[in-house]
Amino acid sequence: MKYHSPKSFEDAAAIAQNADGITRYLAGGTDVLVQLRADVVTPDDLIDIKKIDGVHDITETGDGWTIGVAVSGAEMSEHPALGMEWPGIVEAMDLIGSQQIQGRATLVGNLCNGSPAADSVPALVAAGASVTLTRTGGTRTVAVEDVPTGPGRTSLEKDEVVSAVNIPKQVENGGDAYLRFIPRTEMDIAVVGCGVNLRLDGDTITEARVSLGAVAPTVLLVEEAAKAIIGTTLDGGALEALASAASTACNPIDDKRGTIKFRTHVAGVLAKRAAKIAYDRAKGVK
Amino acid sequence: MSENDVKTNGFKVVGTRPNRPDGTDKVTGRAKFGADMAAPGMLHAAIVRSPHAHAKIIKIDTSKAEALADVKAVMTRADFADGLTGGDWDVLENIMAGEKTLYDGHAVAAVAATSPLAARDAAKLIDVTYEVLPHVTDVDKAMVTDAPIIRAGTADASVPEGLHPNVVRYHESGHGDVEQGFADADLIIEDSFKTEATHQGYIEPHACLAQMGNDGRAELWCCTQGHFNVQKICAKVTGTDASQIRVTASEIGGGFGGKTAVFIEPVALILSRKSNRPVKLVMSRAEVFRATGPTASTSMDIKIGMTKTGKITAGQGVFRLQGGAFPGAPSDLTAMCAFAPYALENVHQVGYDVMSNRPKQAAYRAPGSPMAAFAVESVIDELCNKLGLDPIEVRLMNASKQGTKASFGPKFDRIGLVETLEAAKSHAHYAAPLGEGEGRGISCGFWFNHGGETAVSLALSEDGTAALSVGTPDIGGSRASMCQMAAEELGIPYDKIRTTIADTATLGYNEVSHGSRVTYASGLATIKAARDAVDKLCGRAAAKWGIDRDAVFWEDGCAKPSGPNAGDFDPIPLAQLTARMGATGGPIVGHFEATPEGAGVSFATHIVDAKVDKETGQTSVVRYTVVQDAGKAIHPSYVEGQFQGGAAQGIGWALNEEYIYGEDGRLQNSNFLDYRIPVASDLPMIDTVIVEVPNPGHPYGVRGVGETSICPPLAAIANAVSGAAGVRLTQLPMSPPRILEALDQQASG
Repeated sequence: MKYHSPKSFEDAAAIAQNADGITRYLAGGTDVLVQLRADVVTPDDLIDIKKIDGVHDITETGDGWTIGVAVSGAEMSEHPALGMEWPGIVEAMDLIGSQQIQGRATLVGNLCNGSPAADSVPALVAAGASVTLTRTGGTRTVAVEDVPTGPGRTSLEKDEVVSAVNIPKQVENGGDAYLRFIPRTEMDIAVVGCGVNLRLDGDTITEARVSLGAVAPTVLLVEEAAKAIIGTTLDGGALEALASAASTACNPIDDKRGTIKFRTHVAGVLAKRAAKIAYDRAKGVK
Repeated sequence: MSENDVKTNGFKVVGTRPNRPDGTDKVTGRAKFGADMAAPGMLHAAIVRSPHAHAKIIKIDTSKAEALADVKAVMTRADFADGLTGGDWDVLENIMAGEKTLYDGHAVAAVAATSPLAARDAAKLIDVTYEVLPHVTDVDKAMVTDAPIIRAGTADASVPEGLHPNVVRYHESGHGDVEQGFADADLIIEDSFKTEATHQGYIEPHACLAQMGNDGRAELWCCTQGHFNVQKICAKVTGTDASQIRVTASEIGGGFGGKTAVFIEPVALILSRKSNRPVKLVMSRAEVFRATGPTASTSMDIKIGMTKTGKITAGQGVFRLQGGAFPGAPSDLTAMCAFAPYALENVHQVGYDVMSNRPKQAAYRAPGSPMAAFAVESVIDELCNKLGLDPIEVRLMNASKQGTKASFGPKFDRIGLVETLEAAKSHAHYAAPLGEGEGRGISCGFWFNHGGETAVSLALSEDGTAALSVGTPDIGGSRASMCQMAAEELGIPYDKIRTTIADTATLGYNEVSHGSRVTYASGLATIKAARDAVDKLCGRAAAKWGIDRDAVFWEDGCAKPSGPNAGDFDPIPLAQLTARMGATGGPIVGHFEATPEGAGVSFATHIVDAKVDKETGQTSVVRYTVVQDAGKAIHPSYVEGQFQGGAAQGIGWALNEEYIYGEDGRLQNSNFLDYRIPVASDLPMIDTVIVEVPNPGHPYGVRGVGETSICPPLAAIANAVSGAAGVRLTQLPMSPPRILEALDQQASG
């Protein structure tokens, strides 16, 4: 195994482009190192992107936020302003792992690991976040929901590396939330996850994005679920329609973590609960 | 020993809460656990394991691994001793497979190499050719006619004719006329229950460091609940004299019964013998899950009859236990414990020990009893609900007492079940109002407790301090308790005594730390050894004073003349006697070697409040109270710790822990992410009440406390959850999908 620590994303992309075997990028390492130890993957080239300038920065831009690829969950939680604007994203990231994992784990790692159960991904999708991909001689921007293509797989080309996460500015009267279901209270993997981001005009929802995790091979952006609550005040009927749309969108598997029936049902329950939290946040209710 | 001999008051050290002597080592990292030992020139071993639940081994090709320069030894079953039979053969077959692999993870071969990575890589190069055989991992399926046979001819004489060869032991007990009892009942409830296999979940994986020469002399360092047992088994399977293998027990990061079995130590010894180098072998967590012993899974049928006023007229139970690919599931203990809390005129129980393609079950904290309590106490709860009776009053009305003929045969001596029920009834928890969506569950539980072979030595030092050597690994704070009991007898301060877990060359044979026996048996032995030392001290004082030994007694750490007739002498403190012991007859050492048999059974009553989210099926345990008879709490903090630990493990077993096997017979969740033990935030503060009804079989009245604490939780939680959900849960774990499924079925049916 060759270990690389390039100084720029272009260099990182070039190393990947020229590699013959299995390549893994190393940010926090909380998935890669575990997979290495468990013999799930033995990379030929391990490209550490933590030593590139700026990757540890959380930057507020005119359009929103840029999160560096090595920013840890703990750094996001401790940021004074990010969580005020995007509590759902920060809480989703904070749900992952233990205190020690929080010190290392990153949004980009959570996304590129390709797990359908990744907690931060539905929250990013609900928020309308994107990632910047760098290759030698150029960059492109891709919506977060277009990155995972299946369990453990992404749409990134061989010579591309994620160089930043871009979160838009939260709109006025907007609010987001993320909830997951686990059988325990922490230190677990989502059996179902749901992100909701919405905007109000008075009491009425004018815009919404609803996402689901762990109920399909990839994260789902569920337009029917959003439609079920847009134009409503999130009354009982709207909540039931939301739950029904969320459950209908599910295409889960039966496995050791949950059954198809359970996941499908709980997706609806979580959608309702997350929508209520997002709604209260949009109204400024603490 | 009669009860009059039991000291029940006037304690100076016993009953206090001093810091544990091993505490500083453990919080500073100085304590040495199984994997902490190293030796010059040490090799690292790795084990090759079967990926199949059931397969014939056609060929093992080790040539590619042996060709590596870093590899110093490779071994297979052929390197072990031949000619073992019966239980010894079972132990060896589980350590390394012979002709067949019997479960996913069964060891097949092992390598020793110069680094852990080299060993791991070499293990991957060992090429095993298998012929895959049909498998079965479920207890009920293992008993049906066409089930794959794990090993023909294993059943013993207890098994009636006509049963499947996978049924290897049969137990039947009880008394009275259950049919008449059911005829006398106003209400009879019958139900069936299932529990899954759960792992002890100790945080420290099995680990050892072994050195064995061609001369057969060996040194072994390992984490175990019983190093004398390790010595015995290693001697048998390696074909060595037991006395040539000196075993030292490391500190232990949890065992709960699971470290009473031997898995890796003989493998390390043989690799050491073949390579002529020390060999270290440490299991990964996945190996611990796949190839050490979880508890048995069960399938149980219970029938209980009750009168309108709450009198149980008859109890009947059938208990089928799946114990993996070997005989030994504790179906007899399950059956015997099931109705033990109750004085029944009519009771009958049957137990089946069934083999399947799973790892051999190992003891787990009161082996067999928690599952029985889950089934029986669930039915009692349902009877109380249907008849509108208070669950504690009903249990009090039927409770076993001194003189009751136990459901498993003998008459109970002095026991404290009624006292635990009374304490539970008057506890604030029992009167507290329930919150929205909550249910309250009650359960009793029973465990036998155990004595066992025990040897202790107490050597006095010239400076008046004492070195106490015991042979039972400290798995629950026992060094503190031993120091307290020795201090009580000798009359010197707690911190003037050091308790050491001595190696196998130092003491006579000690049974493993199991059966909640250590504070009872090693404690009794410590007291007797201290009394032996005191007798010798009194003899030295008598000689000095020129009076009879009988005219001297021991009090407050001093030899004293027993009265005016004995003479007028100043008391002599212990340190003055030991300062001159070299000149007055030589070293003073107290001993005790025996097999104490008065362990004294123990009962507990638990109260649990649980809240169920009916939309997701998620349960939270919101309040928990353990009431248990400890006989006498030597160190109350560690007694409370045992109470809390049993409840915590019971919460995991009841709600989320389970071995999940795929259709392919492979374990699906061999890690702590998917094998869900409770995390700290899953547990409420577990309240404890220590009841002390002295055990007539111990000088201070001690009863073991380690195991009874896990007997009631499964049932108490199931009763609370069933109350909160409004539907009876009959299968463990009561995971969220199962609770939602039960609610669904209730709604649709």
